[in-house]
Amino acid sequence: MSVGIVMLVHTALGRAEEVVRHWSASGCPVVIHVDRSVPRKTYQKFVRALDDLPDVEFSKRFRCEWGTWGIVAATQAASERMLAQYPQVRHVYLASGSCLPLRPVQELINYLDARPQTDFIESATTADVPWTVGGLDAERFTLRFPFSWKKNRYLFDRYVAWQRFFRMKRKIPGGLVPHMGSQWWCLTRQTLSAILQDPAREEYDRYFRRVWIPDESYFQTMARQYSVNIESRSLTLSKFDYQGKPHIFYDDHLQLLRRSDCFVARKIWPRAQRLYDAFLTDEAGAMSRQEPNPGKIDRIFAKAVERRMRGRAGLYMQSRFPREDWENGVTAAPFSMFQGFAELFDNFEPWLARATDARVHGHLFAPDGVHFADGQNAINGALSDSAVLRDYNANFFLTNLIWNTRGQRQCFQFGPADNQVINWRVAKDPNAQISVISGAWSIPLFRSNADFRDLRKRAAELQKIESDHLDVLRSTWTKARVRIWTMAEFIEAPMEPLQTILDEIGTGTPQRLKEMPRMVSLRGFGQFLQNLKNQGMHPYLMGDFPVEQDVVQHRPEKPPRPYLVR
Amino acid sequence: MPASRSLLTRYKLRLRRKRMLWRAFRSRHNLMPVSERTGAIARNDILVFITVRNEMQRLPWFLKHYRGLGVGHFLIVDNGSDDGTADYLRAEPDVSLWQTRASYKASRFGMDWITWLQRRYAHGHWTVTVDADELLIYPGYDTRDLCRLTADLMQYNQRVMGAIMLDLYPKGPPDAQSYDPEQDPVQVLPWFDAWGYQAQIQPKMGNLWLQGGPRARCFFSSDPRRAPTMNKIPLVHWDRSYAYVNSTHNLLPPALNQTWDVQGREALSGALLHTKFLPGSPARARREKARAEHFTNSKAYDDYYDAVAQNPDMWEPQSTRLTGWRQLVDLGLMTSGGGDRD
Repeated sequence: MSVGIVMLVHTALGRAEEVVRHWSASGCPVVIHVDRSVPRKTYQKFVRALDDLPDVEFSKRFRCEWGTWGIVAATQAASERMLAQYPQVRHVYLASGSCLPLRPVQELINYLDARPQTDFIESATTADVPWTVGGLDAERFTLRFPFSWKKNRYLFDRYVAWQRFFRMKRKIPGGLVPHMGSQWWCLTRQTLSAILQDPAREEYDRYFRRVWIPDESYFQTMARQYSVNIESRSLTLSKFDYQGKPHIFYDDHLQLLRRSDCFVARKIWPRAQRLYDAFLTDEAGAMSRQEPNPGKIDRIFAKAVERRMRGRAGLYMQSRFPREDWENGVTAAPFSMFQGFAELFDNFEPWLARATDARVHGHLFAPDGVHFADGQNAINGALSDSAVLRDYNANFFLTNLIWNTRGQRQCFQFGPADNQVINWRVAKDPNAQISVISGAWSIPLFRSNADFRDLRKRAAELQKIESDHLDVLRSTWTKARVRIWTMAEFIEAPMEPLQTILDEIGTGTPQRLKEMPRMVSLRGFGQFLQNLKNQGMHPYLMGDFPVEQDVVQHRPEKPPRPYLVR
Repeated sequence: MPASRSLLTRYKLRLRRKRMLWRAFRSRHNLMPVSERTGAIARNDILVFITVRNEMQRLPWFLKHYRGLGVGHFLIVDNGSDDGTADYLRAEPDVSLWQTRASYKASRFGMDWITWLQRRYAHGHWTVTVDADELLIYPGYDTRDLCRLTADLMQYNQRVMGAIMLDLYPKGPPDAQSYDPEQDPVQVLPWFDAWGYQAQIQPKMGNLWLQGGPRARCFFSSDPRRAPTMNKIPLVHWDRSYAYVNSTHNLLPPALNQTWDVQGREALSGALLHTKFLPGSPARARREKARAEHFTNSKAYDDYYDAVAQNPDMWEPQSTRLTGWRQLVDLGLMTSGGGDRD
């Protein structure tokens, strides 16, 4: 018993010839269908070139345009010829001219001999698989497709729309349940001849003639009628890219293809000399009894398609420049922005660096320059501490920083005195964790040694800026994790908010705070605020501070919980 | 993006493109064929177009690199070299050479000549338009030649491929190195800036404007707007109605400038290894400043020329050593377009 190869060829005839010789050398009869659009001269040259091989035949030629009936007609004609001419054939393997056998042919023959009743054809109902690219799945079988998708896209689309509008539906011939799957199958003589000799074949053929891409559904559907034992998978390895076009294998896939243990792969780039050399010169003997194992190749291609489809978040380059709000991830990794913490606590930055393994920067957007962690003047190469360079494109400065340092969480301080250009960008970024102690900007003013008139003016400015920023953070567009406390709220119970923030940054194992950062002394702060009020400037962002008392002591009621804006 | 361009803007851009094609047509008189082998160009050949002036130091490796990538024919304009460049190129079998003594600046920095040659010979071909100090690489370039790359681009419906210019520099001043023209320049200039690039979009022609790199860091830190543009579009499936506008940074019709994907996917892109800082670059900067034929010749760029002429050391501790294309893909400087190259 042997395997017969039905081969559909339309380009790269030279390569097809090599493969035919390879099949034939192992005793497999080959019936070749050459596309009608191949010029007669080329065709005749091809036929002559294969003259010397005994069991090679050519079948009647059809015009095979992608997505049309021609491919099925060609397959039918070639298969009929195969069954009629070579009675010893038990399995018929459908291949194309750009298919390449990856394992010795004898191994395929042995494999099929061990499974004499099995049909290998991928076949699934449209409802069950999300394969189709482009939206037409069940409609492939219920609409008519007389126009070519390739040449007459306009008419194709219009006619589909027309049929949908009038709810035109075709009747599927009795008993058929549409199935789809890979075009490349391997059927037993029993099943194949039952399909080809079906008394109702004419009716079925007439129906499938107007189905879209019938080569992916004709045999897949019909095999379900007759097969005793369907293995719904293809023995031919083929991968598809994100557009649904077949992926083309090249020289550098050699190792990958070898390890896949598949019998045949498609498509092969005609100029992949190394692949053809490697696989067509393999020893004829059968060594391995391995099952095909396309798992690894599947994973690699899934990753590639994923990257193609979504890209890497936070990357802005000549190849990826998503429109605003289409980014699927503004930045590459989570980061934290702290507002008011460095003002309220003397040693907040070193404390945070100790408590987490994050990189803790100072005010990155300060007007006098970029305050990188540890006073560095550049980070990872070219991001320099120059305020001019940063402000040239502040949003990019931030996305770049996060991109460049992916792998280590970045934390930085922010405040109303800093460059506010980034506010919207950060607020819309789901990677951002923003913690604000509102009004804490007043502490440096309180501790400073400046004229009160200047302080009053500065306080009014900063309060306005911070209030605008808080509006941004509270807007419905905000996607960052935002927590806002007034200063008064925060100092009542600073432990809990700090613990929450640290837990979210995540140091691996959740742990209780061992040490607290040192809070600055606020003795007299209430009086300072009162003085501002007395001068006509009402500071409200810090919450209520009583004038005369030491603020931390007398607050018996339960502290309000921090609220989460989402 | 192109949809948002007003009808008037689009018409103006069309006129501008026609004007450039007309200039190119006029400039054909300036080109004197020295060795015309364009008859040897086959239908699917990939073509390289360059304008050169005194590039004996770089051309041997340049030709070797692009031949290795499967380029079929080189079409070269020699703008008054006096170091034997013309004689060297005349002897190469796959090079067609034209000479001109006309002004580089007056011909839009050589673009008029190139546009004419492209209109004449490049229609329907994939073309690589670069400078002699730019070596194109892309994901998988060591195993896949340009034929395969362009087949992939066709499959993704990409008519162009964008590339980042990657300024390579030595550790120490350029003139302290030694370089043999037959040698891979990356051995002498193994360092590059891996970070610190920033991109924005110029709405008028819809092209990207990418800046950064060692030149921005060393010479333009006080005025980043003036820093050199680092994105180019070197690889184009040419049509005779196309024209480059500003070097190879952008071209018309404007739809071609969109080398990226707005929905966040990663298109296929490459990198141009820029070998400007080989030994001899300070002397060259002095010559070019005096000759005043370059885009950057204006008072504002005098400082830049002076700085390069000073033989500066651009290396710093955070510089990165170039190890290969995979490194550039990981850094995000190049992207493999969801091919299976990584």
